[in-house]
Amino acid sequence: MSELTDLTIAGALSGLDKGEFTSRELTQAYIAEVENGRALNAFTTETPDKALEMADAADAARRSGDAGPLNGIPLAIKDLFCTKGVLTTASSHILDGFKPPYESSVTANLWRDGAVMLGKVSLDEFAMGSSNETSFYGPVQNPWRTTDGKARVPGGSSGGSAAAVAARLAMGATGTDTGGSIRQPASFCGLAGIKPTYGRCSRWGIIAFASSLDQAGPITRNVEDAAIMLRSMAGYDPKDSTSINTPVPDYRKALTGDIRGLKIGIPQEYRMDGTPPDVLALWDRGIQWMKDAGAQIVDISLPHTKYALATYYIVAPAEASSNLARYDGVRYGLREQGGNLIEMYENTRGAGFGEEVQRRILIGTYVLSAGYYDAYYLKAQKVRTLIAQDFEQAFGRVDAILTPTAPCSAFSPGEKSDDPISMYLNDVFTVPASLAGIPGMSVPAGICGAGLPLGLQILGRPFEEETVLKVGHVIEQAAAFGARPRIWWKEAA
Amino acid sequence: MSKLISGATGEWEVVIGLEVHAQVTSNSKLFSGAATEFGAEPNTQVSLVDAAMPGMLPVINAYCVEQAVRTGLALDAQINLYSIFDRKNYFYADLPQGYQISQYKQPVVGEGIITLDLKDGETKEVGIERLHLEQDAGKSMHDQHPTMTYVDLNRSGVALMEIVSKPDMRSSEEAGAYLKKLRTILRYIGTCDGNMEQGSMRADVNVSVRKPGGPLGTRCEIKNVNSVRFVQQAIEYEARRQIDVIEDGGKIVQETRLYDVAQGVTRSMRSKEEAHDYRYFPDPDLLPLELDPAWVDEIKAGLPELPDEKKNRLMRDFGLSVYDAGVMVSEPEIGVYFEEVAKGRDPKQASNWVTGSLFAALNAKGVSITESPVTAANLGKLIDLIADNTISGRIAKDVFEIMVETGGDPAAIVEEKGLKQITDTGFIEGIVDRIIAENPGQVAQYDGGANPKVIGWFVGQVMKQSQGKANPAQVNELLKKKLG
Repeated sequence: MSELTDLTIAGALSGLDKGEFTSRELTQAYIAEVENGRALNAFTTETPDKALEMADAADAARRSGDAGPLNGIPLAIKDLFCTKGVLTTASSHILDGFKPPYESSVTANLWRDGAVMLGKVSLDEFAMGSSNETSFYGPVQNPWRTTDGKARVPGGSSGGSAAAVAARLAMGATGTDTGGSIRQPASFCGLAGIKPTYGRCSRWGIIAFASSLDQAGPITRNVEDAAIMLRSMAGYDPKDSTSINTPVPDYRKALTGDIRGLKIGIPQEYRMDGTPPDVLALWDRGIQWMKDAGAQIVDISLPHTKYALATYYIVAPAEASSNLARYDGVRYGLREQGGNLIEMYENTRGAGFGEEVQRRILIGTYVLSAGYYDAYYLKAQKVRTLIAQDFEQAFGRVDAILTPTAPCSAFSPGEKSDDPISMYLNDVFTVPASLAGIPGMSVPAGICGAGLPLGLQILGRPFEEETVLKVGHVIEQAAAFGARPRIWWKEAA
Repeated sequence: MSKLISGATGEWEVVIGLEVHAQVTSNSKLFSGAATEFGAEPNTQVSLVDAAMPGMLPVINAYCVEQAVRTGLALDAQINLYSIFDRKNYFYADLPQGYQISQYKQPVVGEGIITLDLKDGETKEVGIERLHLEQDAGKSMHDQHPTMTYVDLNRSGVALMEIVSKPDMRSSEEAGAYLKKLRTILRYIGTCDGNMEQGSMRADVNVSVRKPGGPLGTRCEIKNVNSVRFVQQAIEYEARRQIDVIEDGGKIVQETRLYDVAQGVTRSMRSKEEAHDYRYFPDPDLLPLELDPAWVDEIKAGLPELPDEKKNRLMRDFGLSVYDAGVMVSEPEIGVYFEEVAKGRDPKQASNWVTGSLFAALNAKGVSITESPVTAANLGKLIDLIADNTISGRIAKDVFEIMVETGGDPAAIVEEKGLKQITDTGFIEGIVDRIIAENPGQVAQYDGGANPKVIGWFVGQVMKQSQGKANPAQVNELLKKKLG
């Protein structure tokens, strides 16, 4: 039944509709792959029993004509989404044993539409990282390795999601993106990943990293699957005050392949010094594909781009330092006893949070402190407004913007672990869109010299995910990205 | 009346500002749907949001905003159509989020004014600096276990209005009058029950001293004082303490202090150096609060008559004194009661009965006016019985005492006890004649009116003989006639 795991979501839905196989069969095939793929360390919690139960329910629904848009499709859930009764860790020690008595709105939407949960997948601790190496449960392996067989990180923070989908351990996965955490791992693992407009998916029940930036989205094997999943994930939620009440279109219908006359912006500021030639060459190829498809290329300027990374690394840690204050050992998760309350806090948070999380809490606490607030946080908010205005102005002239997703292909484990700045630099192309709240997608578009996937990023106007998907789809068609990672993890098992 | 305090180096002026935390009257919390009822079992009114479970998000309760706006309007304050919720970050076991959602730089209500009612009908205006909405914390209980602290999150997330005055008060009396007036206003408009014993209203008191006309002194903040009396005691102690420190050559350090009720002293809690750095920043989970001016106008139109308006009306329409009118509006229920009694009757009489006998009876019984055994309707009837000469004022007092005990109808009591006033001139004349005949000494003393005071003794005797039922006016008239 190995061919079942080669199907896309669209293909599987069609097969299920035609009765060629059942969701139980499909789910069983994936459960087997999840077991075979443990060497990747993608899953933090496997839920095979729950998966089969949900698959049976999906099959029953299909028989009675109540099949939802994702009926019977086995998915992996980033372990940042609270799942009722299922261990939810944020890949942190501090949430030891935490089983939420509630279901996040996004996953509830997926289950409403008939999707099946295979389990929870790893991430950088509290979504803080770009390599999935900061997880308390150990690093996740990228299914892709260099041509000469060297291991690579899957990217992050949604590294478990990307690894699972790339290795065919799940048909698709939820991710969250705060500064690139969907787009960068999608790029590193040869997948499609879309961060929709801030407010498009509810944040209710997603463990918060940086509330003004966090946004959920799908990671899938192609653009069409991303369109299908996003439709189910998105929607207004009165429980999230920042959720926007605007209808969710059938994104699949946007994939017409026709982008004639569309204006595609190429921001000069993204041609940064030190960007590898592979990445720049792929970008140029992407521009050519756009032209070939009848789009018009427009050179644009996003003048405040160079401040984006610094701005992001003030705003995100500031919010995180406050969001993570609730992990204090009082009510749930880890508690390390102490002689008094302060000691208990220190012991619990000292043991419960990893190095990167502690670093960001310290940075965030610092930039919000009396005497520093104006110089850091307030100034960062002002620059954030300027960055958003850059995009607003650009979108007065163009319909979408094309850039590389990341400044490199997947890097080696440990390569950037001791150098936080170089790790943060990985987000240089993804962070501006996060700060502006606009939708962005990474689409697999080529292979670098070392034999690893590279993605291109498409940015769009707020709530114009359809344009982003449409352009992404055209790139996908033009790139005809058919490469697959060599399956080494089964041998390892 | 001098408000100055004398010290060894001359007179001192005390400067007081109050920050009142008033619990918003609302069935559910500021950012969650959990109930707010007082006195529930610990941790039974806690939502996932209140317990700060991972991934939970606050959603503003529109009714609490309405209550804050209503309060702002009642304080004649600026309503800010755009305001921001901020996070005030600090760690404590009963603060589950690790931050309190509050309003820092842009509160929902700006400057307003409150008029204090002082002694002898004097008034004074005190400025309101601002009013903002914020979450209450939970409650830590340190006395339930020898080594552990228990936490009750029922209060966690309950909506509070923090109402900040300008430093306009100059004595503990003024601070007391401020709290009483604020409480009255909040009760009138139904935005806070003002119940200080249950913690629905608490005050942080800022106190400094200075030489009259001099620059402001360094202030100390006395936290969380929970009764008007304690606020006044704390101010008096603290002002004296500060004067003593300065006069002894010391300096006041800005700090947070606690009022020790048992000892009647204030004690240092933490100095400015130890003060928390709250790291305020706008809460990214909440959008700015934007109000529709039409909605604000609607709330304004729906405001009930406010205590100052009512007071003026009672003075104008019922001819009450400033003092009596002030008493009548001090609590909404008293005003309602009084107006029912006074309607169509002599307002002075009504006012005397309410502030005199009724208040004395309620005090003695320790009940509020809403629990009064004597209803407004029955008190009105009693006044009617006096007015139409059915009973005398003196008998009325006795009837009132019975009404207090039984809650009965005055007419029925008069009937049953046979207290009806005697107006039969022949009957009264009989008693008068007998008493004159039996007391020649007093008659001589009266001396045909040369010594008019003595007539009082005769009246007393007649009333005694008639068991108080003789009409006093008739008795007077007859005596004067007969004694010549």
